[in-house]
Amino acid sequence: MTLLKDEVQNEVRERFKKLTGQVRLVNFTQKIECHYCEETRRLTEEIASLSPKISSRIYNFALDKEVSQQYKIDKIPALVVEGERNYGIRFFGIPGGYEFNSLISAIYDVSRKATDLSLESKDKIGKIDRPIHIQVFVTLTCPYCPSAVTMAHKLALESEHITSDMVESAEFPHLVNKYGVMGVPKVLINEEFGFEGALPESSFVDEVMRAYKSTKEAKDKS
Amino acid sequence: MELDFILSKEEEKPTGKTELIYDLLIIGGGPAGMTAAIYAARKRLATLLVSKDLGGQVLVTAEVENYMGYQYIEGRELVNKFKEQVSRFPIDQEIGEEVEELSQEKDVFSIFTKSGKKFRGRTVIIASGKRSRSLNVSGEERLIGRGVTYCSVCDAPFFEGREVAVIGGGNSAFEAVLDLVKISPKIYLVDIASTWRADTVLVKQIEKEKKVTFFPRHRVKEIKGKERVEGIIIEPLDGGEEKSLSLEGVFIEIGLVPNSEFSRSLVNLNEAGEIVVDCSNHTNIPGLFAAGDVSSVPEKQIIVACGEGAKATLTAYQYLLRLR
Repeated sequence: MTLLKDEVQNEVRERFKKLTGQVRLVNFTQKIECHYCEETRRLTEEIASLSPKISSRIYNFALDKEVSQQYKIDKIPALVVEGERNYGIRFFGIPGGYEFNSLISAIYDVSRKATDLSLESKDKIGKIDRPIHIQVFVTLTCPYCPSAVTMAHKLALESEHITSDMVESAEFPHLVNKYGVMGVPKVLINEEFGFEGALPESSFVDEVMRAYKSTKEAKDKS
Repeated sequence: MELDFILSKEEEKPTGKTELIYDLLIIGGGPAGMTAAIYAARKRLATLLVSKDLGGQVLVTAEVENYMGYQYIEGRELVNKFKEQVSRFPIDQEIGEEVEELSQEKDVFSIFTKSGKKFRGRTVIIASGKRSRSLNVSGEERLIGRGVTYCSVCDAPFFEGREVAVIGGGNSAFEAVLDLVKISPKIYLVDIASTWRADTVLVKQIEKEKKVTFFPRHRVKEIKGKERVEGIIIEPLDGGEEKSLSLEGVFIEIGLVPNSEFSRSLVNLNEAGEIVVDCSNHTNIPGLFAAGDVSSVPEKQIIVACGEGAKATLTAYQYLLRLR
């Protein structure tokens, strides 16, 4: 039996007709001690089967250590959505529930190598010249979360210095504890800056730029 | 929890045209705004729908059992059905945009969004709905995302094994309790009124739960905590002694406030901040209409909002005919 119901498959297949460039889904998994690893692997393969433009690669997190390191994967299940290069668009934990929308959006944008971010936003993040790591904590029952995840992923697509992760809270309780997540979406930038709630594009970008400037100043001083 | 995969209906829609003067601008994409859009499209009005999201409060409604045609449907599924219907019509949409200001010059209305966009129209339907009301007590704002939450479907999972309070006495408060009894060892239900406003079926179900302690006729005075919520202080309305409850989560479900601020300088509001309308959705300004929860119409229900949205467009249509 497939994870995706027939009607969802049909809808996704239809939406994938608009894909233009090749997309590769890179999944890191293992068989034990991982709640949704098996399902994430199956989801990866099912999605790939819905369009000739999408291929998938499955790696074992422990056995394929070199690849895991190359992709800087530190936890599983992990799913990287890449196109002609690796943009740093990643999902940790299964992109199920509402987050399925974030996965489909990421595939769509990566395939077209373009986002619908405003020129102003692109201009601002074009100035970023140091690594920025955005983590968006979600629950699968949160209807506001996909907009935050998708925004972060768009920024990653537009800037080679930005890496963006969806982090599914139930799968990674140690991170929930570490960062004190008690409400979602929670957006963390470079581990120290962050905000709660889904912000509109311009405010989201401003937060990222603020974090970038603070990190930059700190680095410049040291 | 069963693993499911939700695909929100989405289609690439033409976005708003700044150079055009639309026949109709609809502010808000909940049941009222979406229904208004469908009626407008069927009347072939040049229409722009501007909204933060499509679905509004229904997006966070777990279950709907009183919308005709469905004995039971999840809120998000109903939203998908609405979206599907809207997507059949060529309506310009600006989704993700919040309206910050509404103004009028001669016969043309202008709306300005937070991101700086401006659109113009000959008529406007305000269907911007309501948002969660806050308690306005010390500690509340500071502790949002640190134990204070307004979205129980989003955040309940973080409170497994933790003691929590639910504030409110209506359906949403009782539904939050219903979610939380599965995971929380102790739940305090605090409400300012002496009788519960939730549906009797729901109240009976919760009253059987031993984990729940009820504090009717109590007011929340303060939410305590440094980095996270550590407790709340409540006091009885009739002047008894205040109590300090130690807990880690506060779910605030005390109703809603209308999203009418942007129209305040133009239109008459009632004491609750709702836009005053007559039974044909007219406001005090000709060409400006309001529908659904943001308006003064009694009863905030999905089915009522849909009906109001339909009426508002038909009234706006009559108004436009007279302009021509």
